[in-house]
Amino acid sequence: MDKPLIEFQNVTKRFGTKTVLDQVNLKIYEGQVTTIIGLSGGGKSVLLKHIIGLLQPDEGTILFRNRPLRHGKGRHTSFAKGEISYMFQDNALFDSMNIFENVALPLLETTNLSNTEIKKRVLARLEQTELTEAKYKYPSELSGGMQKRAALARALITDPKIVLFDEPTSGQDPVRKNAILSMIAQYQRKFGFTAILVSHEIPDVYFISNRILALYNKRIVFEGTPEELEDFDHPFNDEVIQSLEGLQAELTGLASRRRFKVLYHAQMKRGQQGEIYSVALFTLDALESVINCLGYDIAQETVQHLGSFINKQFSPVGGFSTRFSANQFVTVLPYTDLAEAKDILKNFIADFTEYGIHNIVNGNGEKRPQDACAEFSILVGLAQGQPLMNIESVIDTAEKNQTEIGRVNCS
Amino acid sequence: MIHKVLWVIQIKFWNSRFMASFSDIKNNSQNKTRLGVFKFLFEPFAFTGRLTILWIKSLGAAAIFLTLAALKIFQNKQLVKIVQQLYYIGAKSTLIILLVGLFTGMVLGLQSYYALVKFGAEGALGTLVALSLVRELGPVLTAIMITARAGSAITAEIGIQRISEQIDALDTMRIDPLKYLISPRIAASIISFPILTALFDLIGIVGGYVSVVIVLGVTSNTYFYRVQSSLELKDITDGFIKSIVFAVIVSTVCCFQGYFAHMRADSHGAKAVGLATTSAVVLSCVLILLSDYVVTSLLIQ
Repeated sequence: MDKPLIEFQNVTKRFGTKTVLDQVNLKIYEGQVTTIIGLSGGGKSVLLKHIIGLLQPDEGTILFRNRPLRHGKGRHTSFAKGEISYMFQDNALFDSMNIFENVALPLLETTNLSNTEIKKRVLARLEQTELTEAKYKYPSELSGGMQKRAALARALITDPKIVLFDEPTSGQDPVRKNAILSMIAQYQRKFGFTAILVSHEIPDVYFISNRILALYNKRIVFEGTPEELEDFDHPFNDEVIQSLEGLQAELTGLASRRRFKVLYHAQMKRGQQGEIYSVALFTLDALESVINCLGYDIAQETVQHLGSFINKQFSPVGGFSTRFSANQFVTVLPYTDLAEAKDILKNFIADFTEYGIHNIVNGNGEKRPQDACAEFSILVGLAQGQPLMNIESVIDTAEKNQTEIGRVNCS
Repeated sequence: MIHKVLWVIQIKFWNSRFMASFSDIKNNSQNKTRLGVFKFLFEPFAFTGRLTILWIKSLGAAAIFLTLAALKIFQNKQLVKIVQQLYYIGAKSTLIILLVGLFTGMVLGLQSYYALVKFGAEGALGTLVALSLVRELGPVLTAIMITARAGSAITAEIGIQRISEQIDALDTMRIDPLKYLISPRIAASIISFPILTALFDLIGIVGGYVSVVIVLGVTSNTYFYRVQSSLELKDITDGFIKSIVFAVIVSTVCCFQGYFAHMRADSHGAKAVGLATTSAVVLSCVLILLSDYVVTSLLIQ
């Protein structure tokens, strides 16, 4: 693997007699989304503050591009600061300045750009974060979600190479949480910065993260991809992830990925005795264009509506579903061969065209901007699972078989 | 150009010299010593010792704080912020200074008349009013009034910015909080204190005129002749020197208390900001009067 951008070597931090980080070792790579997960009060924010230099380790070194961030007892070297932006957990917006001034401040103070250029950049950023109408409002006049977006706009205004997000989704409702995460993911792709997140949103962060670091009991106990974390055998998994996933499942009605796997493995066991099953893969096409036209909130609501509609339709016939990626859902239909599955799907399509599309489009009618409209389609593909095939290849087959079942047009 | 380079070198020097000890003070929060009545009664020596060490430490920290902030006044992009602070600290204090100055002058005239008439020396009223105002009351009362009006606001504002992580946010944006928040306030204080003192002196003399001439009937010529003949340039410069000393003290104390509000040993959060504001005002007033004596005794020699 290539060289790490940031590396912690045996970093220990104590506050008084309380040890918060104990011999932490970790690596963060350039261009990736790295998420640090762990229990509240477990030192995740402390870890993040070490990277930006707000806190200094008591022991150990932090390397930034292979250079130590601090030499001896001297001052924190500031060469890294210019590349890093930090989004505070409670935003830390300047509350006696309006949103425009807040976002413009880093440019005004640290660059020599002309006022018109600064204004242009700030307005562009505010438009991207859907804050144009709120630009002359003060932070206290905005909702929590808008404040978060303002903080994000301010963090991104200097075009940083690394952005640290300290619980960007705390205090938001489930829809908005997903909206903020997808916003981060989209900006990350658009601007190519390295993102380091602290988050509890399991499994939603899996969809946007390249790497997961698990902080447990003052140490990093896991470094790897989200998929690897699924198979990670450690008390951390039982204690933290399952409880968080369980909560998520209760909120959306969909099976969590873990539960989906358990159900699937139970199915596989029966499968060895000669049972068959089918897999349906649903895709909401052109999610990007929905986001661009209607905004993150509505896009996330649309995905959520689709998910709960699928769940509602298939759970009576014994199917179980999960969110597979940002815009895909997988349903497993046990004891069903391809022909039966097609029949079930036919019913689903009929219901979907009658009520589903209507629901998805109008479920958020009051929030939708009057003149804005997005075109998107919903695809579905079927595949029959053989007892000894693994589910990934079945899903791949389903993806190849996808056809369009519904389309929302602007009329 | 050379000027600029010199400044940069100087600032780099001071920064490296002071930052090590300054950051020690900044990170010293866990070694806070609690000093209470209990300690004073049962361990008087330890109490006194700790108190002295604490005082010397904070004095050193404040000195470093002031030096760094003062050097940063002359960096670029400061002018607009200094003008803004001049408006808040200076211009907005004008009315209250005028009001206080007028009544101080009036009561001074009244009291002096009461005393001087016993010696038949009411002709010296002008001298007494003018000298007391210019040499003493002007600088001191102006400083105390600005402490009450602007100093408390400075501490509260910076304190709130500190506890809501806004100062940390500045730091992460590569905006030096000392340069952005503290330097303009110190510069604006140094500029506005002497001007407001001058205003106080002037309106005080007018106040004296009101009570002495209009109310008590001393002739206007005598009053103004005495004012004019007794005031020398040294009296006025001494007054200004005092007011500049007070400006430095008030702005440093108020900014310092706000800036380190999160490190108070006695409380946290909003309460810490409240206590910081109180101690900023009390400490400023005490230090104004203490330093007034010291500066006066130095200037009189």
